[in-house]
Amino acid sequence: MSAPNPKFDFDIAVVGSGPAGLAAAALAASKGASVVLLDEQAEPGGQIYRAVTETPVRDRKVLGPDYWHGAELLGPLRDSGAVHWPGTTVWSVARPREDAGDGHRPIQIGLSRNGSAAMLTVRHVILATGALERPFPIPGWTLPGVLGAGAAQVLLKTSGLVPSGATVMAGSGPLLWLLAWQYLQAGARIDAILDTTPKQNWRAALPLLPGFLRSPYLGKGMKLMLDVRRKLTVIGNVTALRAEGDGALKSVVYTRNGTEHRLPADTLLLHQGVIPNLNLANATGCAQRWDGQQRCWRPTTDDWGATSVEGVSLAGDGAGIGGARAAEEAGRLAALDALHRLGRIGREQRDQSAVPVRTALDRALTGRAFLDTLYTPAEAFRVPADDTIVCRCEEITAGAVREAVRLGCSGPNQAKSFLRCGMGPCQGRLCGPTVTEVIAAERGVSPAEVGYYRLRPPVKPITLAELAALPKTAADIDAVFKH
Amino acid sequence: MTATASFRPDVIVIGGGLHGCSAALHLSMRGVRVLVLEKDHVARHASGVNAGGVRQLGRHVAEVPLSVASMALWHRIRELVDDDCGFESHGQIKVAESEAELETVRARVAELTALGFTHEEVVGQDELRALVPAIADHCVGALVSRGDGAAIPFRTTFAFRRKAISLGARFQEGGAVTRLVRKNNLWTVETADGGVHEAPVVVNAAGAWADRIAAQVGEPVPLEVIAPMLMITARVAPFIRPVVGATGRTLSFKQFPNGTVLIGGGLLGRAVRDENRTELDFSQVSVNARTVWDLFPCMRGATIVRSWAGIEARMPDQIPVIGPSGTEPDLYHSFGFSAHGFQLGPIVGRITADLITGGSTDLPIAPFSIGRFAA
Ligand SMILES: Cc1cc2nc3c(=O)[nH]c(=O)nc-3n(C[C@H](O)C(O)[C@H](O)COP(=O)(O)OP(=O)(O)OC[C@H]3O[C@@H](n4cnc5c(N)ncnc54)[C@H](O)[C@@H]3O)c2cc1C
Ligand SMILES: Cc1cc2nc3c(=O)[nH]c(=O)nc-3n(C[C@H](O)[C@H](O)[C@H](O)COP(=O)(O)OP(=O)(O)OC[C@H]3O[C@@H](n4cnc5c(N)ncnc54)[C@H](O)[C@@H]3O)c2cc1C
Repeated sequence: MSAPNPKFDFDIAVVGSGPAGLAAAALAASKGASVVLLDEQAEPGGQIYRAVTETPVRDRKVLGPDYWHGAELLGPLRDSGAVHWPGTTVWSVARPREDAGDGHRPIQIGLSRNGSAAMLTVRHVILATGALERPFPIPGWTLPGVLGAGAAQVLLKTSGLVPSGATVMAGSGPLLWLLAWQYLQAGARIDAILDTTPKQNWRAALPLLPGFLRSPYLGKGMKLMLDVRRKLTVIGNVTALRAEGDGALKSVVYTRNGTEHRLPADTLLLHQGVIPNLNLANATGCAQRWDGQQRCWRPTTDDWGATSVEGVSLAGDGAGIGGARAAEEAGRLAALDALHRLGRIGREQRDQSAVPVRTALDRALTGRAFLDTLYTPAEAFRVPADDTIVCRCEEITAGAVREAVRLGCSGPNQAKSFLRCGMGPCQGRLCGPTVTEVIAAERGVSPAEVGYYRLRPPVKPITLAELAALPKTAADIDAVFKH
Repeated sequence: MTATASFRPDVIVIGGGLHGCSAALHLSMRGVRVLVLEKDHVARHASGVNAGGVRQLGRHVAEVPLSVASMALWHRIRELVDDDCGFESHGQIKVAESEAELETVRARVAELTALGFTHEEVVGQDELRALVPAIADHCVGALVSRGDGAAIPFRTTFAFRRKAISLGARFQEGGAVTRLVRKNNLWTVETADGGVHEAPVVVNAAGAWADRIAAQVGEPVPLEVIAPMLMITARVAPFIRPVVGATGRTLSFKQFPNGTVLIGGGLLGRAVRDENRTELDFSQVSVNARTVWDLFPCMRGATIVRSWAGIEARMPDQIPVIGPSGTEPDLYHSFGFSAHGFQLGPIVGRITADLITGGSTDLPIAPFSIGRFAA
């Protein structure tokens, strides 16, 4: 390795410029730390505030006031002096190595920008990589015309695009309602919403209702749902779903009260909530645990977001789903703790500054347990039947995974070796949660016991050319950031 | 598949890598009752994650007789383990990028010929191009071993295990051997999960952890723990069949039938063996990428989707430890394969079985004696 280039050597790197990353970077830089904010998107904002500075959707009513709150996070970032590199994909965060001589153990970050790769040296990393849509495997979900509701929302936010033709939405969770509402505001055609929320979830969620009734989102959520229900056909208690078509989606078949129905459709938008995007944290070696409530893996953190890996913290939905406002506050806590660890502020100052942040965080999380319980996806949609594809890259079915279990495959990592499941271009980043659940169910043990894929960098594919040209000298590194 | 109290093994094998499984298979074929103790699961380490290269080419001269004998087993691997292990034999090639390198490979062939081996040959530019049309223009020739090839590591190790089990061997996974003591001609082997096992004979096939077993019996060895790295690309149209290496730099390059290309060749990351963990070093991965860039121009746009490293044992002289312990009777070692032990798996298991059941073997194993490290 070459000598570090001061221009590419920071106290703190923040990965992800959603609410968590924006808040973390702005706070840390405002206290004098040198901070770099990295995000693969061309614009700051993350999922929720995606394209908030650039969106062609100028009518504020379409995306709603929550969306426009994002703009308020950008001023402080600009004023803080943090270096902001949009369009930068982080593909590796290495654990700290030997002492650099100044008492700090530097962390190397591998990144790509404009088709070139480079390594960056920092003393602390805050991963604010947000959430991913939970995989929603149903028969036919690989047909053109079937896509994630979140992916569709990206098109709306960035390009003002809405689906044309007959459109059906299916699934469960607050985001499904939000998106339906945004589409209505945008004048899109939605033929029906197929709600897969299991009836019995209500029984489990009811005791948690009091907390939810105090939630700041209650009013907004209710208004939004009522609005949607008034204007759209909502079909509840859907227990099975299938996409049909020959080369492209033609119809959606659903089961309700034991009877099958068929709806013609050109577009089917699937969604059953979001789960932490822990790919980078996993590949960095951060310990993670199975969250039985949200039915997903989440990295283990303390209440400042610190992980099991020295110098690496997490903030926002990437550490566990809490929503945008919670993400923002968690970003501030992670920043305060990082400043403390770097010796920029004392313990007392950290703790004191955190008091109002924690109050706001608690408030943002109020009612979350109710939503998590109510919207826990049905088993049938997490643990699909034998002929449903679970690994899209390698076209591995749930049945093949079960067969491998019968041959002695005990967890997701062995499933890779047995089946090539999770070995395609996405490297298991998308099928992981489903494979864990299918193996656990087949073995009759908890997902915690079967474990998860050991992910490896690069967490995002990079080209051989980029790797081959990994800059060796300071001048080379400069060149990467010239454009 | 767990050992039951009533099972009294004749031999306990420590380590469920290819070498432990192969020893278990060959012993079971001779009616010996074997118990394999594996701390994680079979094929979890080097044997399950390696590049699968089945190569006689360029081996240390001491290894050549073993490698040649092992290759004969590879070519009838299905007879041995009832599975083809994904073995394909399209040859292995070591590219020479200059006249000087070509001179080195000529000398190598001369050396082998003098020893009576003929599996390696030198080819010129035209023949190289015929074998590997995608090779860069500047390459002038190569060293070729036509009988070599590659197999699928995890599948291979599992096939050895499965066949051994079908012949009566037992495997116990998830129990690390912590202590071994020999008393009254019987070994007592304790595992971290509280297990206690007894057998007259023990085989140490504990891979990168084997020095700890050796140290238990007062036989320290200078084993170094290394973490060779590999990376794999997204699928590209099939363009090459042999496995390609280089003479002047480290490379192992091969395309699978599904189109993905595996790139490696001994560049090292960092091993944290107490945590079963490795860390990649991208400055080194980058060196590997540059080699491919130079040798295979058609690969420049390929996408790297994953990289990883495995934990392996390396001895100071780059050749393994095979044979009886120097301090204790009825203990046999089989470790330290120094990043090229996959190909040797089938034969070394047979050698170990020869030693245990017959007291000797017909292959020259003197260079691999653990005694070479004795103070
Ligand atoms: C598809 C989708 C749409 C959503 N839409 C809404 C919505 O409209 N309203 C709402 O309330 N909630 C929405 N959510 C939930 C939502 O993500 C949040 O609660 C909130 O955005 C979380 O903020 P965050 O800062 O934790 O992460 P995010 O806002 O998700 O920000 C994470 C950022 O990290 C970046 N990133 C991730 N990995 C890398 C990497 N390796 N290299 C570089 N950059 C990286 C991403 O590009 C992204 O900008 C959505 C979730 C998803 C998955
Ligand atoms: C990335 C990589 C690429 C490679 N490429 C090639 C190649 O192309 N061609 C080639 O010929 N070779 C290759 N090799 C080398 C080859 O993989 C090894 O030499 C070979 O697999 C060693 O087998 P083994 O059984 O000795 O070790 P391992 O497979 O490591 O098995 C040893 C086992 O012992 C277990 N163990 C350790 N301690 C204990 C204990 N106390 N109790 C119980 N169990 C214990 C371990 O958990 C482990 O499973 C490569 C290696 C690596 C890492």
